[in-house]
Amino acid sequence: MALKMVKGSIDRMFDKNLQDLVRGIRNHKEDEAKYISQCIDEIKQELKQDNIAVKANAVCKLTYLQMLGYDISWAAFNIIEVMSASKFTFKRIGYLAASQSFHEGTDVIMLTTNQIRKDLSSPSQYDTGVALTGLSCFVTPDLARDLANDIMTLMSHTKPYIRKKAVLIMYKVFLKYPESLRPAFPRLKEKLEDPDPGVQSAAVNVICELARRNPKNYLSLAPLFFKLMTSSTNNWVLIKIIKLFGALTPLEPRLGKKLIEPLTNLIHSTSAMSLLYECVNTVIAVLISLSSGMPNHSASIQLCVQKLRILIEDSDQNLKYLGLLAMSKILKTHPKSVQSHKDLILQCLDDKDESIRLRALDLLYGMVSKKNLMEIVKKLMTHVDKAEGTTYRDELLTKIIDICSQSNYQYITNFEWYISILVELTRLEGTRHGHLIAAQMLDVAIRVKAIRKFAVSQMSALLDSAHLLASSTQRNGICEVLYAAAWICGEFSEHLQEPHHTLEAMLRPRVTTLPGHIQAVYVQNVVKLYASILQQKEQAGEAEGAQAVTQLMVDRLPQFVQSADLEVQERASCILQLVKHIQKLQAKDVPVAEEVSALFAGELNPVAPKAQKKVPVPEGLDLDAWINEPLSDSESEDERPRAVFHEEEQRRPKHRPSEADEEELARRREARKQEQANNPFYIKSSPSPQKRYQDTPGVEHIPVVQIDLSVPLKVPGLPMSDQYVKLEEERRHRQKLEKDKRRKKRKEKEKKGKRRHSSLPTESDEDIAPAQQVDIVTEEMPENALPSDEDDKDPNDPYRALDIDLDKPLADSEKLPIQKHRNTETSKSPEKDVPMVEKKSKKPKKKEKKHKEKERDKEKKKEKEKKAEDLDFWLSTTPPPAPAPAPAPVPSTGELSVNTVTTPKDECEDAKTEAQGEEDDAEGQDQDKKSPKPKKKKHRKEKEERTKGKKKSKKQPPGSEEAAGEPVQNGAPEEEQLPPESSYSLLAENSYVKMTCDIRGSLQEDSQVTVAIVLENRSSSILKGMELSVLDSLNARMARPQGSSVHDGVPVPFQLPPGVSNEAQYVFTIQSIVMAQKLKGTLSFIAKNDEGATHEKLDFRLHFSCSSYLITTPCYSDAFAKLLESGDLSMSSIKVDGIRMSFQNLLAKICFHHHFSVVERVDSCASMYSRSIQGHHVCLLVKKGENSVSVDGKCSDSTLLSNLLEEMKATLAKC
Amino acid sequence: MIQAILVFNNHGKPRLVRFYQRFPEEIQQQIVRETFHLVLKRDDNICNFLEGGSLIGGSDYKLIYRHYATLYFVFCVDSSESELGILDLIQVHLEVVFFIAPKVHYILQEVVMGGMVLETNMNEIVAQIEAQNRLEKSEGGLSAAPARAVSAVKNINLPEIPRNINIGDLNIKVPNLSQFV
Repeated sequence: MALKMVKGSIDRMFDKNLQDLVRGIRNHKEDEAKYISQCIDEIKQELKQDNIAVKANAVCKLTYLQMLGYDISWAAFNIIEVMSASKFTFKRIGYLAASQSFHEGTDVIMLTTNQIRKDLSSPSQYDTGVALTGLSCFVTPDLARDLANDIMTLMSHTKPYIRKKAVLIMYKVFLKYPESLRPAFPRLKEKLEDPDPGVQSAAVNVICELARRNPKNYLSLAPLFFKLMTSSTNNWVLIKIIKLFGALTPLEPRLGKKLIEPLTNLIHSTSAMSLLYECVNTVIAVLISLSSGMPNHSASIQLCVQKLRILIEDSDQNLKYLGLLAMSKILKTHPKSVQSHKDLILQCLDDKDESIRLRALDLLYGMVSKKNLMEIVKKLMTHVDKAEGTTYRDELLTKIIDICSQSNYQYITNFEWYISILVELTRLEGTRHGHLIAAQMLDVAIRVKAIRKFAVSQMSALLDSAHLLASSTQRNGICEVLYAAAWICGEFSEHLQEPHHTLEAMLRPRVTTLPGHIQAVYVQNVVKLYASILQQKEQAGEAEGAQAVTQLMVDRLPQFVQSADLEVQERASCILQLVKHIQKLQAKDVPVAEEVSALFAGELNPVAPKAQKKVPVPEGLDLDAWINEPLSDSESEDERPRAVFHEEEQRRPKHRPSEADEEELARRREARKQEQANNPFYIKSSPSPQKRYQDTPGVEHIPVVQIDLSVPLKVPGLPMSDQYVKLEEERRHRQKLEKDKRRKKRKEKEKKGKRRHSSLPTESDEDIAPAQQVDIVTEEMPENALPSDEDDKDPNDPYRALDIDLDKPLADSEKLPIQKHRNTETSKSPEKDVPMVEKKSKKPKKKEKKHKEKERDKEKKKEKEKKAEDLDFWLSTTPPPAPAPAPAPVPSTGELSVNTVTTPKDECEDAKTEAQGEEDDAEGQDQDKKSPKPKKKKHRKEKEERTKGKKKSKKQPPGSEEAAGEPVQNGAPEEEQLPPESSYSLLAENSYVKMTCDIRGSLQEDSQVTVAIVLENRSSSILKGMELSVLDSLNARMARPQGSSVHDGVPVPFQLPPGVSNEAQYVFTIQSIVMAQKLKGTLSFIAKNDEGATHEKLDFRLHFSCSSYLITTPCYSDAFAKLLESGDLSMSSIKVDGIRMSFQNLLAKICFHHHFSVVERVDSCASMYSRSIQGHHVCLLVKKGENSVSVDGKCSDSTLLSNLLEEMKATLAKC
Repeated sequence: MIQAILVFNNHGKPRLVRFYQRFPEEIQQQIVRETFHLVLKRDDNICNFLEGGSLIGGSDYKLIYRHYATLYFVFCVDSSESELGILDLIQVHLEVVFFIAPKVHYILQEVVMGGMVLETNMNEIVAQIEAQNRLEKSEGGLSAAPARAVSAVKNINLPEIPRNINIGDLNIKVPNLSQFV
């Protein structure tokens, strides 16, 4: 034994640790691979040892090797061994290795389930933490399903360190096991208001991530996030929330309206660039969603643009980049506001940073107008010349083409200029985008009829200089333009000045060095040219000339016949034979031109890319139906073909469009036109060529437009686009002069008549008439084309599974699977009081189930409606002008009612304001469905809706409502409205400050209460340096930051400018909760105004009533009955006389002030339930007599009960 | 979401590789190499964002990086992260001296978990790491025993120790050796 130990430690002595490994690798630079494989062998030996420390060391080294790219999946089992070590040091190594190397395909991963569960429930928070961290990287659907419940429990762990990790990992669990989302969501939502900022931030993170993928399901959380946004000071959280709002606004434009103001404020106030940038981004998103019908936001746009300009002008390249990025978003909807910063953006084109130049290019795309297109492109052309590096140059090239061709060449006023630009671009060597230029040339030449003559002349020049293009850089992409050039010259050969010359150019031997597909086009178009030359010559009666051309063809075509490219060869052979035949005919003096031209008669029109798809399915045609019924198996094989053939013959005539129906077609067309004319939503294009074309089928009717000859048609030699810029300017100038002249004339004419437009000679886009009245032949579409939007949702999107409606109440079946066999039952305290909701929901007895289900369906519907209504409410409430209404009373898990800028005074006094009711409503809506909350809100609605409102106000746990539903609904008379109340009570006040506070039990921790203190500055000074000192008692003490002594004050985490209020929260630990108690405290602060600063103090007494230790908890009637029967509870009762308030409101009051929930109510008798933070059950039976109310209480602690009843008596006495 | 965190030196040698989405090792190395070549080309005085890493994700993803002396820190993130926020994260929270991977991993685990930012409060991060280090120390650390032994051997200055001391015939299985360590 001893010897063995010696052996072990001697062995270990020579084990390499990680440092040795790293050093070793560095020292073996030449034979690294060999050295590492040697190390891996050693590691394999080490892994065979029983000593866990050795194993851990080995695994640690493996983790490093994994980083260097070595596969370590073979050691998966050893990693699990190390993960299950008892020491944290080893465990951590194991989990790290697992997180780096495990994945869904790792087969041993299933073995980890129990180990992880054990670690999750370990008493050491670091064991749990390390397990959570590891799991987040390798969670599989199986692990997610098996561990979801455990993780969910951890979300309520006492340690924030664990809570935040548990919250964060839930996202991964949701992704792998989407069924867990609904059961876990209420808890997750709760964590948005966790007292620990880290946990809160984690919850925000997860919900934002979820909402980003399926925003519509999270729209109902908007009010809650809105509140967080206005209250949080953590920039990370703010950024996340603001980004989330950016995703939500497109779905709900009203949300945008609400956001503008706080966001604008943040933009003004924040010093953090990251936050500023995100705010601007979201404001832009809002503006985009509002783009129609909101004229009053030009200020916001201006603000954004102005802030972005600051970013772009910044010397920090990152800010510059982001500024441009955001600018491009504004551009889409508000191009005008961006266009004014053209100078700045053009400047960015000169930036040394390519990313910034590319961003600036993107922006230019949207900034062009008819007016500045030429100028901008000119600028870009100079950049093309300067650009080093082909990638950037290619980018420039595509951008130029994009900019010019956007929205059907909308901004091009002079196509000659554009053709010249394209021709200039062909001078670029080594570009990959020759085909782009070619496509543009073809497109323009085909669609802009007026330009064909010019285009042809330019193309023939290109063909002529083809040797330049083809020889030196034969394989570079630019030769693609020859494809276009050849086609254009051939197709529109009638426009050629010297067709013979071009023909020769196309038949040069050099051409055979071009790529095959271009040669093929050459061959084909040579014939077209040939045909038109023949015709010319024959018409002119030059028989010899015609024969000479034929001879030229016969001489030159064989070079193509020899081509290795099949297409070229085939075409050339065909054509050669044809030409030889023509030659024979010519020899006999037969006129052939007519027939040869007939080969190419007719015109090609462009067809829209989606035309085929949009052909409507004729009525009565079912494409999915069998054309032939599938043959039954009994039929013999040989019969089949015959049958098919037979069928086909029968059917074909049916589907063939009958040519004879010309009249019918015309009639239909007429009818459709009529219909379109009457349809206000049909966008009528000004007499579009397409439509005219439809009217009179046939190519001749496509309008050919006259070119305004103010621009000379021929520019000698290769064009210089710059000339056009000058020419264009002159032309515009002339136009303007003419216009002015005309205007003057008109003015003189109608001196008295009022002019509609101001006659300032501004040159707006519309003023510039294009040089050519260019009609762009629109692409052909089939008749009755269907306007279809392709819905391309990727069915494999992993986030689709998380598209789950979260507003529906949970069904009984929706529970996280709970493992039956637990190997260790070390689960800790937080677990026991959490899944109240789930536990309870299981209870309803089977007998009642059916009935209940029905009820629940109804309930669901109602809840749904209500939800929508609530959100509507929140959204429709424009932020109240001056004093915002009070935070709604929140006794339960619900929400952190923080409203910055609240004035509690107003809220108490003019309690009946409608606005407040609405606000209450809004705040209520983000409440968890299961946690009932007394609600007092009535809103301005029609009377019939009021009954619905009533139902809402009497909010009860679903279960109890089911039970009590009938009698209440039938018996409830119209009752007077209950004024809204606040649970905030006055603490102390003086001329500087007013303090109100609300005390709530904390769900997370036993024996803790949260005291929310609202401080309102009533003076004209700024209050700062506020500190709260409270004298602890034996029974109650304040939770202070670590290290501070009992006598130190606790700082208030904010300052208060005049007239502003804010809320601070403090946690107190209470030992015994059976008695009410008071704590003395002092608020000290510095009041600073123009005259100076003074130290001030304000004393207060915190009153912890017994009611404040209660937490509103729902309870089902059967559970309630069991509780009462158990006999563990002591009893006490009170009676109060002289009560006039309605029973309904009375109950609401008890619910509200004393944190009870109604279990069941029949007529004027109700049972109520609540639970203390230390787990005491409190049951009440409230009965109403003529003018009195009696309350019988049962509680597990008699002192608590009697104190509670005393407090209740005081409340009731006021009624 | 953060898709990956890569740290490598000026020669492209990985110092920390943390993927939050599964890629096989070869692909991981390829991504590191490509990323390295992408950022290497860039001057220090140009912006720190790179669009569309060809290997990870698509157009939704950005590379956000910083270059300190000998190290590049690269985050690959999608559009739900704030660009400037991540830059801050690198600057403020990860500007620690990097030596050997595991330690850094442990620190990183306290900042980013499963691709989401876990904690940004520096004090909190440091506190948690220190607590864990204390815990490790109290357990004697990973290499406490051999380290002591090695230093002892070094001190006696043996010139050459045979690499394999074979005591192979002593193959008695001791079930739980760890309790002695």
